[in-house]
Amino acid sequence: MAHTLVEKILLAHCDADDVRPGDVVTVRCDVVMANDVSGPVAFRAMEKMGAKRVFDPSRVVMVADHFMPAKDVKSAELQARLKHWSDEQGVTFYGQGRGGIEHTLLCEEGWIVPGAVIAGGDSHTCTYGALGAFGTGLGSTDIASCLALGSFWQAVPDTIQVELTGETGPFVTGKDVILAVIGEIGVGGGTNAVLEFVGPGAEALSVDERLAVANMAVEAGSETGIFPADAKVEHYLADRARAAWSTERSDTDASFRQRLELDLSALEPLVALPHLPGNVKPVSEAGPVQVDQVYIGNCANGTMTDLRQAASILVGRRVHPRTRAIVVPATQAIWREAADEGLLDQFVEAGAIVSTPTCGACFGGSNGILAAGENAVATTNRNFRGRMGSPEAGVYLANAWVAAAAAVAGELVHPGTIA
Amino acid sequence: MTRVEGVALVVPGDDVDTDVMYPGAYLNVEDPAQMAQYLFEGFDPSLRERVVDGTILVVGSNFGIGSSREHVPLAMQGSGIRGVVGRSFARIFYRNCINLGLAIVACPAAADAARDGSRIAIETSGTVEVDGVEFAAPASPPLVLELGAAGGLVGWTASQLIGPRG
Repeated sequence: MAHTLVEKILLAHCDADDVRPGDVVTVRCDVVMANDVSGPVAFRAMEKMGAKRVFDPSRVVMVADHFMPAKDVKSAELQARLKHWSDEQGVTFYGQGRGGIEHTLLCEEGWIVPGAVIAGGDSHTCTYGALGAFGTGLGSTDIASCLALGSFWQAVPDTIQVELTGETGPFVTGKDVILAVIGEIGVGGGTNAVLEFVGPGAEALSVDERLAVANMAVEAGSETGIFPADAKVEHYLADRARAAWSTERSDTDASFRQRLELDLSALEPLVALPHLPGNVKPVSEAGPVQVDQVYIGNCANGTMTDLRQAASILVGRRVHPRTRAIVVPATQAIWREAADEGLLDQFVEAGAIVSTPTCGACFGGSNGILAAGENAVATTNRNFRGRMGSPEAGVYLANAWVAAAAAVAGELVHPGTIA
Repeated sequence: MTRVEGVALVVPGDDVDTDVMYPGAYLNVEDPAQMAQYLFEGFDPSLRERVVDGTILVVGSNFGIGSSREHVPLAMQGSGIRGVVGRSFARIFYRNCINLGLAIVACPAAADAARDGSRIAIETSGTVEVDGVEFAAPASPPLVLELGAAGGLVGWTASQLIGPRG
C-alpha cells in the first residue's frame, strides 16, 4: 500500500497493521518534552492519573524557557517546580544558562532525528519536522498521559504536499516560504493535515530555514510541517544525533489531500499584518507603518542564519531614534557563536539590545512587551491581538532581513532599500 | 459522558485564538480556579460576566487556533462552562477539551441555529439539540467515546495504569 511520509512514521509507532487518514491510533513517543508553562500543569494531571514515575526517563526532556529568567515569584516557582520534578524523576532538565528556547535547543542537542515522534507541550513542536520528525504540539493533560504511558491518541492526518520550485531571490527566506503558504491556504487550511515540503526548492533550504518553515505549520492549523531528511540533515546530525535513524519519503502514488506548487523565484519578502498569520502581503505593499519595536528571535528564528542576516543590515548603521530593537539568540550555544563572530557587538553598536535566550515577548510573557498603539516587526510566529502585550498593539511577522531593515528605517520597508 | 445540557452563550467570529481567550502574561497561573478570572481577557472581558454555571459556548469556524495552552479549557471549566458547540475547531484546542472531559462538538447547523440563551443539549454519541430541534453531528471515533466515558484522559490513563500496564 502506498503511504505518505507521516503515515509511515505513525505506522512505525503504533500497533495498527495499516493506517489511513482519520484512523485514531495510539502513537508511541520517542521524546516527550514540556516547559515551565505546560510542565507543571501536566505534573498535576499526572498525579491525578495515579502515575508515580515517567514511562522512560531517558526519553523525557524539560526546558525552562517561557518565563526564563523568572519575571516574578509565580514564574520562579514554576521553574523551581520544573527542576525539582525533573531531578526527582531523573529526566533531562535544561535550566537557566544551560539551554535556551526549547525547539531550537532540542534540535541542537540531538534529541530530534528523522522518523522520530516527539510529543511536546507547546504548539510549535511542529518545528521538528525540519529534521524529518513527526513533532506535534499537545496540551498538558496529553503530556501527562505521555509521561505516564509513553503514548498519545492521534487521528492520522491527511497530507498537503507543497512542492517548492525555483530559487529564492535576495532577502527571501524560509520565513517567506511559510508565510506564502499560510497566505494561500489560510489559518485553517491545514487542519487535520500535515504540510510536507518537497522539491528542489525544499532541498535548497538550509536546516535553519527549514526550522522557520516547519515552525509555522501550526499557524495553518496543521499537525506538523515536515521535510524528508536529506544530506543536509545528515550533515547537521552527524555529531549530535542521540539515536540511530533512517529516512523515508512519501510514496509517489500516495494519496494527498492537496498538492500545491510554490515558485520561490516569484517570492518577495512577505509580512503578515495584524492580527492573523494568514494576513500576508509583500512587504513593499504593506506600508506605510511606523515601527516602535523590532524583535528578532523565537523558537525557530533566533538561529545563526537569522542573526547573520540581521547583522548584515545593522552593521555600521543605527537603529532609528523612534525604534527599539531586541535581538534574542535562541540558545546559549548560538549566543556564544554570535558573540565569537562579533555579531552581538554589532547589534549593540547599532543601538539594539541583546537578550538572553527566552520565549520572552514572543508570547507576551516579558522582556519587550508592547504598549497600546505601538507596532512591532517581529521574526516570531504569531501576531494575534494582544500576543506581544497590549490588545491595541500591532505585530507584523517577517524575516530577519525585513525586521532589521525596519529597525534602521523606523518603518516597514523592503530590505533592498537599505542594504 | 452521554448528555450535557445548558444555556447558549454566543462567541462571535471565526479563527478566535487562544491568546485572546487567555493572554500569555497569565500563563504562570497554575491553579484552574484562578485561571477563570482571565478567560476572554484579550477578546471581550464582558463575556466573562455572562458565563453562568451551565453555559454552553456557541462558536464559529476554526475556533481555538494557536497555542496549546490548556489554561483556556481549564479556565472555561473553572467558570462553569460545560460544553462548546461550533462550526469547526483547531486541533489542539479540540483535543484539550476532550482530554479534560469538556463536551465539544463540531456541528455547523446547530452552531448557526443557536442564539444567546438557547437551550442546548449535547449527546456525545452524535446529536445536538437547540431549543428542542435536533441536529446530527458526526459520531466520535471509538477511542474518543472511550475517553468521554472515562470523564477524560485523566480517568482513562488511570484505568490504563491499573489495567494492562499497571
